[in-house]
Amino acid sequence: MSIFVDKNTKVVVIGLTGKAGSFHAAQCKAYGTQIVAGVTPGKGGIIHDGIPVFNTVHEAVNATGADCALIFVPPPGAADAIVGSADAGVPFIVAITEGIPVLDMVWARKEADARGVTLLGPNCPGIVTPGECKIGIAPGFIHKRGKVGIVSRSGTLTYEAVYQTTQLGLGQSTAVGIGGDPVHGLNHVDVLKRFNADPETEGIILIGEIGGPDEQNAAKYIKEHVKKPVVAFIAGAAAPAGKRMGHAGAIVEGKSGTAQAKKEALKAAGALVAETAADIGPLMKKALG
Amino acid sequence: MKLLEHEAKAVLRKSGMVVPVGKVVVSPEEVAPALAELGLTEAVLKAQVFTGGRGKAGGVKLFSGAAEGAEIVKKLIGATLVTHQTGPAGEKVGSLLLESKTAIAREIYCSILLDREANAPVLVLSAEGGMEIEEIAETHPEKILKMHPPVGHDLWSFQVLRACNFLSITGETAKEFALVLNQLWKVYQQYDASLLEINPLVVDKDGHVVLLDCKFIVDDNAEYRQKGLGDADADKTAAEIESAKYGLSYVSLDGTVGCMVNGAGLAMATLDLIASVGLMPANFLDVGGSANEEAVTKAFEIVLTDDKVQVILVNIFGGIMKCDIIAQGVINAARKLGVKVPIVVRLQGTNVAEGRKLLAESGLALISADGLDDAAKKVAEAAKGVKA
Repeated sequence: MSIFVDKNTKVVVIGLTGKAGSFHAAQCKAYGTQIVAGVTPGKGGIIHDGIPVFNTVHEAVNATGADCALIFVPPPGAADAIVGSADAGVPFIVAITEGIPVLDMVWARKEADARGVTLLGPNCPGIVTPGECKIGIAPGFIHKRGKVGIVSRSGTLTYEAVYQTTQLGLGQSTAVGIGGDPVHGLNHVDVLKRFNADPETEGIILIGEIGGPDEQNAAKYIKEHVKKPVVAFIAGAAAPAGKRMGHAGAIVEGKSGTAQAKKEALKAAGALVAETAADIGPLMKKALG
Repeated sequence: MKLLEHEAKAVLRKSGMVVPVGKVVVSPEEVAPALAELGLTEAVLKAQVFTGGRGKAGGVKLFSGAAEGAEIVKKLIGATLVTHQTGPAGEKVGSLLLESKTAIAREIYCSILLDREANAPVLVLSAEGGMEIEEIAETHPEKILKMHPPVGHDLWSFQVLRACNFLSITGETAKEFALVLNQLWKVYQQYDASLLEINPLVVDKDGHVVLLDCKFIVDDNAEYRQKGLGDADADKTAAEIESAKYGLSYVSLDGTVGCMVNGAGLAMATLDLIASVGLMPANFLDVGGSANEEAVTKAFEIVLTDDKVQVILVNIFGGIMKCDIIAQGVINAARKLGVKVPIVVRLQGTNVAEGRKLLAESGLALISADGLDDAAKKVAEAAKGVKA
């Protein structure tokens, strides 16, 4: 079983006619994802790469029944696209955009929550259920359907974990990139809950990084609820305090945000902590026998 | 983007808050005219640096008379302040803020920052002004009041009342304080602050609220709509400024292993990998997912021209980024600048075969690595070779 999305998921791409939207929509489609509509204000009525374009998300949803929005809108309009999708009643929203002002996200997250929809990202690679659908920018070809659930704050580290588990013959049930921004939608715990309940997922890889309380909360949840093996990796042990390491959310402020504190919390919760990114796959292989 | 104290105070003053009168000076000759203009005989001189803890490091001096002030300016301009936050390299003083003295009755801590647990900004108050808030949070959490102000609105009246009660502020001072809290909250939102810290916020001997010091950090993601606030490049190194022009994310570090990686997470994990074999990274460099050949070339040039670098690790997991573009960028930069240090290259992902072929046919002496483990091992070996 996959989590959040599957082969029946119908995707509307917001910002379809832009460079990133165009390229990745085509890639997703080639992977087998149902891309049913695009939204670009002012371009409603055209067909772009075989995909009908609408002026608003509301129109796109009415016409196509899309139940997932994939957002490639540049930062100044991205929060608006998130709220617009939520307001149109799209239940699952994936925001790829990197660089959205934090205060915009505070507001967008609130609006999304108020409408009861689920937000993934922003500043994330999206979600892949191998063999069913790819919604986002992950390279599809490294995936292989299997038994490991992956949840990660980093795009390239998600790929690293996907690649390793594919090479080791374990495969993935679903790989979820939750994104590197300080204010985001789904967090580690939200995804852990779904993997924990998913019978196809036998082991879980959790990839975190410095900054924020997400991993500590995940440790607490793992300790209380998860019986499946969890392999955790935290990036950023060698990063200096106070410096932003690429991701807006990766900045150490106070002790709980350090890689050391996160690793200790996860270890204490019973997770197997990979010391370097190279150990992630092998540790999971060992845990699953 | 961080603002210097005087830039931050200009914003506060413009927004109607009371900060001490002051003027920026960069040379001893400017002290006398500044004092005259402000109508002062004694004043305080404060080094304009980004680091905290400057008082203890000698960066804040009281003085009386222009002659004494000029002496202090002479000593401090161009000097390097070393605080517990700067590390041994310290921070150079480029300017000083000459400011009127404030007769302090009490000091309060006040800040607004993002509460990542609540996904909302939080107002933090403590009666222990002038102290390090992290320390108070650790030892006396009950001495801190945290409240989430409503986005897009003034503070709720109950929040203002709670703040005044918690800090035992009454009468006319409470009225002023309430106004200041609401103004700070407005400034935080209007200027896309990620941190607005007033420490200390003081009540002077006449019962007036004065904002004595200010730390102001603007959300980097919002810089496009907050132009002209301060100098976005002031706290960055030359390499950091150069790389930003090409959309690269670069941070200078102190070690000897240069690296070029795609993706922030993998870049951080690469620093950890370097540290795991007992070495130290010279930089953090994320070329991102959509860099073109020109940007990759530039990125590699920046690493190649860093004098600290003794070994280079290129670690790429091509997803969106294609390995052949990385390879071509490495080759371009290496041909242009020459290669004086060993370079370990690990390529994986999209177009990996094409990338490896380009590197193999380039005639450059590169060390190819298979996985992350192998890359770490080869970097360690190469580093030993350099030292020996």
